[in-house]
Amino acid sequence: MFHPDDLTALGLTLKLAAVSTAVLLVLGTPLAWWLAMTRRRVRPLVDALVSLPLVLPPTVLGFYLLLFLGPDGPLGRLMTAAGGRPLAFTFTGLVIGSVIYSLPFVVQPIRDAFSSVGHRPMEAAATLGASPRDRFFSVAVPLARRGFLTAATLGFAHTLGEFGVVLMIGGNIPGKTQVLSIAIYDHVEALDYARAHVLAGTLLLISFTLLLIVNLVVRRQPGVRT
Amino acid sequence: MNGIPDRRIFSAVFFAALISLPGLAHGDQVRVAVAANFVDCLEALAPAFEEATGHQLLLIRGSTGRHFAQIKSGAPFDVFLAADSERPTKLESMGLVVPGSRFTYAEGRLALWIPDAGPEDKRPVAEILEAAEFNYLAIANPRLAPYGLAAKQALENMDLWEDLRPRLVTGQSVGQAWQFVASGNAEAGFVAYPQILAAPALRGRWWKIDPPLHEPILQQAVVLKNAKSPAAGARLLEFLQGSVARLVLIKYGYLIPEN
Repeated sequence: MFHPDDLTALGLTLKLAAVSTAVLLVLGTPLAWWLAMTRRRVRPLVDALVSLPLVLPPTVLGFYLLLFLGPDGPLGRLMTAAGGRPLAFTFTGLVIGSVIYSLPFVVQPIRDAFSSVGHRPMEAAATLGASPRDRFFSVAVPLARRGFLTAATLGFAHTLGEFGVVLMIGGNIPGKTQVLSIAIYDHVEALDYARAHVLAGTLLLISFTLLLIVNLVVRRQPGVRT
Repeated sequence: MNGIPDRRIFSAVFFAALISLPGLAHGDQVRVAVAANFVDCLEALAPAFEEATGHQLLLIRGSTGRHFAQIKSGAPFDVFLAADSERPTKLESMGLVVPGSRFTYAEGRLALWIPDAGPEDKRPVAEILEAAEFNYLAIANPRLAPYGLAAKQALENMDLWEDLRPRLVTGQSVGQAWQFVASGNAEAGFVAYPQILAAPALRGRWWKIDPPLHEPILQQAVVLKNAKSPAAGARLLEFLQGSVARLVLIKYGYLIPEN
């Protein structure tokens, strides 16, 4: 049913979504914690920055990334100076793009979950002698698990559907940067509807299943108010 | 304000508005689906066409493959300026074009562009490509864009397609292939020769890649069946065969086909 090239695109897309989600959880958790807990004046500013990818056209991100990652851009220069290559047209470049593109989808659910946990359980744990690190990992994170699950699923699903950014910085290289959405676009333009159908149907099914799982699991978990 | 009657001000404004809107005063809008390589040339021709006929041009740029798919789905275009002869011929056999309108308006030329190459580089193209002193070689998507197909044919004929495949980055049209090279993200690229001629202050070196390394790029035009104004579309095709257009086509690096 799957053409070998399409299977490659599917594998690459899943890998991109998995890697980007992992990176987002690592980077997004401290950011979400800070956003939930801080009383500093810059908080709305940071919040707005994090939310930007929700409203910006992906082409705006793609355009800036192309300049940023390219050989004359800041990161491109840094990479060349360090003996590497600029990151446009690479898998790493796509991960950077996806992390920015899906940032709000991961940070916002975790931030909201931390906010609803609030200061109280943390203060209670502190009076029982828990260290800040201990409090974070054994009180805040478990209480916010629903937020983490939502964040991971939305981040993953949103990255699966990434298109505009990849179109601009990917270069359509099979096995490296040709993701599912780009392959579908090419098939439609080349009027190969059979292959487009297989891929589009697959993506539809995966995305729907992911969202369904989230809804079922989140419903079943008692305890946490949001 | 005293002394100047309101009516005179009104008519002055009215006539000023009328003069500044020639498009509304007469003529039709011609919606042209134009191949990315021909956009610069057509933009250069537009004022002369608009002055001669009173019709306005609206350019919709893209790869010929994309436009073909869109026209098949009933896209609202009047004229299709393709970068090949295959797709206009197909549209004709599907009955989607005005019969007899199809003709070759230009023969396109392919070029290899390497912005970092020095003027002293006198090696032939095959040698340069074989040395592969680049991380990425940009081409247009061979499935969608005739210039991409020609690039693929040239690489195959030089027996370099399989070797260079891992370095290929593919643009949706020859326009995106150009952008990949111009932005410095790809160090080399197959582009349209007219793009090179149209570029202000071009960096590096370029090499023309001519047949028989690839099939001739015969760029054909058709008036589409569901055109709003087939007559205005026909005027554009007629204009493209005239002497004014031919001079500009040659200036932009196209060959004039013998129809």
